Amino acid sequence: MADQPLIFARDLVKRFGDFTAVNGIDLEVAPGEAFGFLGPNGAGKSSTMRMIGCVSVPTSGQLRILGMDPAREGTAIRARLGVCPQLDNLDPDLTVRENLTTYARYFGLSRAESGRRADELLEFVRLSDRAKGKVEPLSGGMKRRLTIARALVNEPDLVLLDEPTTGLDPQARHLLWERLFRLKQRGTTLVLTTHYMDEAEQLCDRLVVMDGGKIIASGSPRSLIETYSTAEVLELRFPDGLDLNGDYAAKLEGVGERIDPLPDRVLVYADDGDAALAEVHRRGLTPSSVLVRRSTLEDVFLQLTGRTLVD
Amino acid sequence: MTAGTLHPTLAVFGRQLALYRRLWQASVFSSFVLPVLFLVSIGIGVGRYVGTLEGVDYLAWIVPGVLASTVLQISMGESTYAVLGDFKWSRAYHAMRATPVRPVDIVCGHLLYLVLRAEVAVVAFLLVVVFFGGLHSPWSLVAPLVCAVLTVATAAPVTAFAAAIDHDSYFALLYRFVVIPSTLFAGVFFPVEQLPAVVRPLAYASPLWHGVELCRAATLGRVTAWPPVVHVGYLLLWAVGGVTLAVLAFKRRLED
Repeated sequence: MADQPLIFARDLVKRFGDFTAVNGIDLEVAPGEAFGFLGPNGAGKSSTMRMIGCVSVPTSGQLRILGMDPAREGTAIRARLGVCPQLDNLDPDLTVRENLTTYARYFGLSRAESGRRADELLEFVRLSDRAKGKVEPLSGGMKRRLTIARALVNEPDLVLLDEPTTGLDPQARHLLWERLFRLKQRGTTLVLTTHYMDEAEQLCDRLVVMDGGKIIASGSPRSLIETYSTAEVLELRFPDGLDLNGDYAAKLEGVGERIDPLPDRVLVYADDGDAALAEVHRRGLTPSSVLVRRSTLEDVFLQLTGRTLVD
Repeated sequence: MTAGTLHPTLAVFGRQLALYRRLWQASVFSSFVLPVLFLVSIGIGVGRYVGTLEGVDYLAWIVPGVLASTVLQISMGESTYAVLGDFKWSRAYHAMRATPVRPVDIVCGHLLYLVLRAEVAVVAFLLVVVFFGGLHSPWSLVAPLVCAVLTVATAAPVTAFAAAIDHDSYFALLYRFVVIPSTLFAGVFFPVEQLPAVVRPLAYASPLWHGVELCRAATLGRVTAWPPVVHVGYLLLWAVGGVTLAVLAFKRRLED
């Protein structure tokens, strides 16, 4: 039982008319994992999440959530899921605490138990002092934390987070990550979608990269970086780079393992960024700015698709 | 996972009550004050010119009409913007859909709440009317029951309509071409027999008229011209049809 995957999908397809949102994906998510879907807008992440959340019926393929069939046992599955949707759907006319207690009641919890969990969760997402206040004046980060608290009210076996930090400022994102990390440490299984590389690296044990409805790569963040990129990346900007980055790329031929000219900069993939930079200088090139950094999932995505992720 | 103890329909009902506790002040005027003002101004004001109608004073004659049309107003007021808003603006129905709550629970919880809302207004109105001598029979006690059925018969199809449309401008059409004509011509203020024969079927088609007929029979303690079972059956038809359509519309909107 413990080894049974919480999510199991084979050749899962979702079509809307002529448009194929999810085009035959395979998935397995084990208990306790933090699993991520990474990809640009329109990659099929949210459609997949909606199928996992049992509010969208797969067009074809096999899907089992918590060992059950969403088509027949959707209600029983949803009773054990926690869902944090991409768009906030809190009740604006209820108080912060009432948002949790009314939602807890949807899971059949008693009034007393609903109240107890609401207080506990408000503590967890650090909103206890706003319990009696309205939802409307809360900041975006607070609303998202409240939505996450709401998703935890039924003590779910599986928490689905659809772009949990999209639209939040950096400080709010970090606080949210910290809370999600704590959840993960408690052994809660998290499944999240994101188009932020740093988010995926921070939170996910394992992830799949999606593009055009397909999974184009999967693994741990580290293994993906090792497979599809180099340890370090050297970013070079040239004063006249805008039109000439292609030419610079030609001159950099052989420096590092791979050269990628982007409109605003040239990326040099190398396991030793400083050594690559020394070679750049040795060739008499004088970039106006230089950055040696660790390789990220952004580089993985660029390598896999030839496109940057957020544009 | 704690075993579920509360039916999801009641959980939705509970959410509506929690909202009502926050927003009830706004509804006091339309639910309590307005019907009484109607009764006083038209029943007493216009009644002075009308005198008696079908053997009773005009005020007593329009009491059941105002009662039923108040029910219609509450049905409308709570099943139009409120329903569309929970799809489009607050997205509260989407939040419910992610839980064990099913579309049928959302629809039934909503209607249960409306019945409660209507009953509170109906009972308050009847208590006021007693002081005006507007109730002529102990059968008046049946009126709240009729109003409960009328609530579902009118609110359920409107809820289905609200769940099927994407823009609130359709509500203006609903009010202009359905609600206002019904209120004017479905026997609230004068008997439908005074309408030209060609128009009368429209009144007969309106659930409001059947509600008015039953309420009038109850408060005046007399028999309906048509067999009561026809009126009740017709209202139940609207109720069951409306609930069915509403559940389908909710499913279509919340699932893909």
